[in-house]
Amino acid sequence: MFFEIISNKPTMSGELQKVCTLNGHKNIVWCVAWHPNGKILASSSADCTVRIWAQEGNDWVCKTVLEGFHRRTVRSVAFSPCGRYLASAGFDLTTNIYKWQDDLSKFESVFIQYATFALSFEFELMANVEGHENEVKCCAWSSCGRFLATCGRDKTVWIWELDEEDEFQCLEVMMSHKQDVKSVQWHPSEEILASTSYDNSIQLYSFDGEEWNVQQSLEEHTSTVWSLSFNGLGNYFCTCSDDRTVKIWKRTSEEKTAKWQCVCNLNGYHDRPIFDIDWCSKLDLIATACGDNNIRLFQSKSEHDEDNFQLIQKIDNAHNADVNGIAWNPVKTGLLASCSDDRTVSLWQCVL
Amino acid sequence: MLREHLLNLKIHFIYIVVVKFEFNFLPEKESIVFQSVAVMMLQRRLDNAAPTVYEKRNARRQTTEQQQMDFSVHDPIDAMEIFDLIRDIKDPEHPFTLEELNVVSLENIEVEDKGVGRVVVHFTPTIPHCSMAVIIGLCIRTKLSHSLPRRFKIDVQLTPGSHDMDAQLSKQLADKERVAAALERPEIFQSVISCIYN
Repeated sequence: MFFEIISNKPTMSGELQKVCTLNGHKNIVWCVAWHPNGKILASSSADCTVRIWAQEGNDWVCKTVLEGFHRRTVRSVAFSPCGRYLASAGFDLTTNIYKWQDDLSKFESVFIQYATFALSFEFELMANVEGHENEVKCCAWSSCGRFLATCGRDKTVWIWELDEEDEFQCLEVMMSHKQDVKSVQWHPSEEILASTSYDNSIQLYSFDGEEWNVQQSLEEHTSTVWSLSFNGLGNYFCTCSDDRTVKIWKRTSEEKTAKWQCVCNLNGYHDRPIFDIDWCSKLDLIATACGDNNIRLFQSKSEHDEDNFQLIQKIDNAHNADVNGIAWNPVKTGLLASCSDDRTVSLWQCVL
Repeated sequence: MLREHLLNLKIHFIYIVVVKFEFNFLPEKESIVFQSVAVMMLQRRLDNAAPTVYEKRNARRQTTEQQQMDFSVHDPIDAMEIFDLIRDIKDPEHPFTLEELNVVSLENIEVEDKGVGRVVVHFTPTIPHCSMAVIIGLCIRTKLSHSLPRRFKIDVQLTPGSHDMDAQLSKQLADKERVAAALERPEIFQSVISCIYN
């Protein structure tokens, strides 16, 4: 035990095991997102709702259903880094931002006691940002919580800023993609945004204090790039694509404007499109959600060979249909959430 | 005469929907463009005014009742069964089925009913610039996903070389997110359903 505290980088020794299956959605589930405290999970679905799940004792239960806010599929959800706001993006062209109504001091003290019984799960619609001309595909908060990015089928990426009065201003509309933009992700500590698209490219944008500019366009995938995830330090990211490959990209230097290059191409592991990918910052494990119903885990071979990744586990038939989304818990080491076309959300635990 | 006129109107309406879906533009503020496209469509003739009509294949040989009751026999889903499911889908433009227009054929269906199960259907539009290709693809996909066990992975693609934009259209039909978004639109869903269950 003492040893574990000193070496704060745990390694995975055992397998990924199923903790539970969460039923409730009435249609396919597209996205799962953890609250920054790691005890609450949000999921979004084609049934036009967002469900909020929390742990009570050993069980995970649905605490609230946000319904009536979207008229079509809710494609993506994300909690802000402070944990007070939840954003949801839908095919009905809008992005909604909800504010958690419980007061923050109570919120913090309750979590110290590891219980969610005492909380009220009331979310109020705080803002509704509109502007996309077509389906909104993804939303993401920057690490500082100041910016919200959204992207959509109208080929654009929008960056919104949250001011002190809880209002959103559009800062920039990026139109550098030639096709449907599938996802947006922020760098874990810097003001760098990455987007992936149906035009097979990945674009990186950086903030110079006034404007957002395209810093680099990466065009090595041969089909739609579905998703992207940075590692904890922010010097690597991984992408997954319809071309059945996963690519690992590395920053060439420490500078903010440094270029990224592909250092590893994981080919031949997936049989169907890979819809989502998430890099666990605690375990340095990459999990992929694939259209062949399986979840796969990849890890670098050793510390000396950190650009070389290999498959370490494949969970056959993790779900009964396509796996659409995957997310590592930000607090609890090795806890993974996944969601699927089979209308369920599943939780998995790595044996450490 | 009136009936024909109404049929034409319906076709044009579907066409406009397809233009919106395929080309990803024509929002409200470009309504002038949109209207002129609509007027153009109302005046235009059918894509393929005189399609070749092919002979129908014989129906499947029926098994006897005794054979059907024998549950010890593993009876995997085969290409003929898939063909039976999609052969009677109506063409969005013509009063013929996809089989009669040779859009679908038994030779272009691959089935693997082991484990999860996979179906690949290649279809051939009647002409290389057919504007209905995406709607036809959506019809085949929807019919199969309504009829087959949920475990099946369904891929509906254009026969390579059969269309001016076959690669782009196949990519669109393979993108389940865009297919889901298209089928959520009531006008597309209606036209797909009326082609399947007419």
